[in-house]
Amino acid sequence: MEDIDAIAALQDPVRRRLYEYVAAQGREVGRNEAADAAGVTRTLAAHHLDKLAEAGLLESGSRRLTGRSGPGAGRPAKVYTRAREERTVSLPARDYRTAAELLAEAAEEAGLDTGLTAAARRRGAALRDSTAPCGDLDEAMRLLATRGYEPYAAGASDDTEEAPGATERVVRLRNCPFHAVAERFPPLVCGMNLALLEGLLGTDGPVRARMDARPGECCVVLEASKNNEH
Amino acid sequence: MTAPQHAFHFAQFNVAKLLHPLDDPHTASFVELLDPVNASADAAPGFVWRLAEEGASDATGMRPAGEDVIVTLSVWESRQALWDFTYRSGHLDAMRRRREWFERHVEAHLVLWWVPAGHLPTLDEAMERLADLRANGPSPRAFTFASAYTAEEAARHLTSGAAGDTTAA
Repeated sequence: MEDIDAIAALQDPVRRRLYEYVAAQGREVGRNEAADAAGVTRTLAAHHLDKLAEAGLLESGSRRLTGRSGPGAGRPAKVYTRAREERTVSLPARDYRTAAELLAEAAEEAGLDTGLTAAARRRGAALRDSTAPCGDLDEAMRLLATRGYEPYAAGASDDTEEAPGATERVVRLRNCPFHAVAERFPPLVCGMNLALLEGLLGTDGPVRARMDARPGECCVVLEASKNNEH
Repeated sequence: MTAPQHAFHFAQFNVAKLLHPLDDPHTASFVELLDPVNASADAAPGFVWRLAEEGASDATGMRPAGEDVIVTLSVWESRQALWDFTYRSGHLDAMRRRREWFERHVEAHLVLWWVPAGHLPTLDEAMERLADLRANGPSPRAFTFASAYTAEEAARHLTSGAAGDTTAA
């Protein structure tokens, strides 16, 4: 299916709510759960979820949601996740991706990491509305949501690297807005991304960004600065 | 129809030219990261082996590619395992700071190739693969992440008596 047709499938408001809900969970979502979230009947949700899967915006599979198996466990339920494939439409046609890849390739070959991170930090600061640094993690989450990072709060329990005995909140970012270029030139582009976020959050403020890469997500996490402990 | 995945392992060799010696204060922040990053490699999913000098915890004392060039030689279960460690773990944070410690690389600095599972590549073998990549560009016997070949492609290449072997030591 053409990208423009896939994106057009989101014009229906129910379908769009379902898509956004499934995308935001970052895990498999069943029909009942999606129906509840979108405030529609299970039958209507199932219809639209399957349309979204047909359009290639969601991927569907089947799973026993109860965790039981064998006789009496019931039929496996249909579950949905967001498709990995990117969809873009630009009218008139534009091709910033090729430009980005070529510039990144040249920057990588020329070793321009330092200049790129400086430019990214300046851009981040310019994108921030106020001169004050970002006030807290909630504000940071709203800010990064508008930039497509899909932030979500995560416990620090699986994040024991620093912060001994702490149960501090960490904000993780489900989506990397620079995914295609970051996959080709990870140290260069992920370093750029970190600098951009540092500029956006402001230096020496209550929120800081640091790199904590793991498969399938943006390489940066946000957390409360520990400045005031010094 | 395809060779079983565990018949082959994925070898990695890279060279990095230091801006300052390892005991120079400019390089101290890199040296600090050596032990924790190596420990995370050893514990990473799909890690098989990495070269370390006898009696040392790493290979930074070995300089087969020049007095100021440090090397890394390691073996992984798959391309994905190496990729995830290199670019999707704490190692990435060290990599993004590479210009603080290393010269920009003009020639290929990383070479990848498949080895039979259980085979631990030698430095001579690794240097020869890097030379092959630099001289002939990517092929099934010496390639990069951007030009990766599968184990099956590499095996087919070897059994067909490919031309690249004329450079073998």
